[in-house]
Amino acid sequence: MAIELKRRLGGIAGQAGSIAVTLFGLLILTFAIGRIMPNDPARAMVGEDASPEVYRAVYEQLGLDRPMWEQFLLYLRDVLQFDFGTSIRSGQPVLHDILHVLPATIELATFAIIFGASFGITLGVMAAVNKDRWPDHLIRVISLMGHSMPIFWTGMIGLLVFYAGFGWVGGSGRMSQFYIGLVPERTNFLLIDSALAGEWEVFRSAINHIILPASLLGYSSSAYITRMTRSFMLDQLGQEYVTTARVKGLSKRQTIWRHAFGNIRVQLVTIVALAYGALLEGAVLIEAVFAWPGFGQYLTSNLLIGDMNAVMTCVLLVGVIFIGLNILSDVLYRIFDPRTK
Amino acid sequence: MDPILTVRDLSVHYPGAPVCAVKSVSFTLGRERLGIVGESGSGKSTVGRALMRLLPDAKLSAQTLTFEGVDLLAASERQMLRLRGARMSMILQDPKYSLNPIRRCGEQVAEGVRTHTRCSKKQARDKALAMLKAVQIRNPERVYDLYPHEISGGMGQRIMIAMMLLTDPDMVIADEPTSALDVTVRLQVLSILDDLVRRRGIGLIMISHDLNLVRNFCDRVLIMYDGRVVESIAAGQLDQAQHPYTRGLLAAQPRIGGGRGPLPVLKRDPAWSQPMEIPV
Repeated sequence: MAIELKRRLGGIAGQAGSIAVTLFGLLILTFAIGRIMPNDPARAMVGEDASPEVYRAVYEQLGLDRPMWEQFLLYLRDVLQFDFGTSIRSGQPVLHDILHVLPATIELATFAIIFGASFGITLGVMAAVNKDRWPDHLIRVISLMGHSMPIFWTGMIGLLVFYAGFGWVGGSGRMSQFYIGLVPERTNFLLIDSALAGEWEVFRSAINHIILPASLLGYSSSAYITRMTRSFMLDQLGQEYVTTARVKGLSKRQTIWRHAFGNIRVQLVTIVALAYGALLEGAVLIEAVFAWPGFGQYLTSNLLIGDMNAVMTCVLLVGVIFIGLNILSDVLYRIFDPRTK
Repeated sequence: MDPILTVRDLSVHYPGAPVCAVKSVSFTLGRERLGIVGESGSGKSTVGRALMRLLPDAKLSAQTLTFEGVDLLAASERQMLRLRGARMSMILQDPKYSLNPIRRCGEQVAEGVRTHTRCSKKQARDKALAMLKAVQIRNPERVYDLYPHEISGGMGQRIMIAMMLLTDPDMVIADEPTSALDVTVRLQVLSILDDLVRRRGIGLIMISHDLNLVRNFCDRVLIMYDGRVVESIAAGQLDQAQHPYTRGLLAAQPRIGGGRGPLPVLKRDPAWSQPMEIPV
């Protein structure tokens, strides 16, 4: 028992170490982005018309006259205190801005991945089971379409058909204009905030608005999930234990869901986590089409105007999200596969 | 004796293949132990799987293919689901691959009972535990909760046997049940299987490439070559085999006290692949 515990703790310590190293590398990278990019933070702050004295003062205030390593240590200190600097554009702390835009993206991405994963996995399994027969071909076409149609185009067509045409869903934005400012901002997750405030009309409007962009995003990321599920499943269906299950008298369906599916869960978790990460990183295009005030738009616009504090923080955040998803899929791996214990 | 299984002129054809994998194979099975021997690719495993209708893409044809009065060719998948695992089952070759790696061994054994009979989880578990004991697993309670990667090959194969005999089938197909095992555990596993099959009066089809094993273990032997049965003979009379292929196989075996010179090699004759009359 003691040995077992020691081994486990050793494993956890090793993992924590590798996470720390990754984070450190990530910090070096974001720092380098902030310093090496052909972009002068002091100039961006004071503007083109500032006098040389003012410029000099800001330059020194930002510590740009100090050696690189010292600047990095200062950056490290700030980051460890969750001080990511001030956004030049908004004049607010970057953290404050991000806490505003990130929940919108998390909401969208979460709905999208739930839709995309359930759609993609179901289709993938169906394609594998009916390999080389018509459902397989049909599913290949469906997923290829999802993969190859640009998301800003499907977004516009979607709005045209389901919003302007049928009027089934809400238009752009996170809710109807009418409701903006009605719900007190607590978590900035609109669905949670409106539910907390008991504003069910706002909640319904938010659902109405999220459904279309989330399904389109989900559809486009389901393409990859479908392809991967199909190949994972085909791999498992060729295994002997599947024959064993059939010999025992289990139907095809029981064999697939009770036996084969459990064995692809681990692999699915990994690719779904990665797809989720990609969605969180920001679906700039769909956010632009749907006027969704999310993380992708925030990152892109700040990159374009050279608000480096914001950009560095965004890059750092994306890295942290991916590290987090990796840890999550590692943990699920251990839960789903007895051989890793 | 009423046969459990009657096979007349069974042929199996995979779409796209130039020739049939199995060509008009005929035999009957009573409450006996029938061996099917042949080299790799001779079609012996295909026969086994065809009997269970577990070749989804292959085309089966036969004059007669009846199992306990059920026409296996005409049976619907629903009927087959009731037969498979309940009245006919199959022991697969390598427990390393034939057990689901992420399910506990005991659960996999109990699953057969749960599929075919209405019973509680507890009843199924008790039945599985008793069966694990019957295949001489000393500590069934512990083994029940182990995962397949935590057990040895010999134990895995005993679990496989337990799983396939648990529902008291009338016919068991053993597809190379000991080929993946060490020589030392091979005999032990075989004697467990032999004992259970005899005691329960199960009709056993033993598929193997090991002539000696089949000779010692079975009542009757079919020799397959190139998708055909070339000879059908009582195991005790194997030495009086007529067919040149069988005689070649026998001659190619090393003998204790035999000479040290090179063993004779099969000289294949295209005529062996031609249809011939075999008394069934």
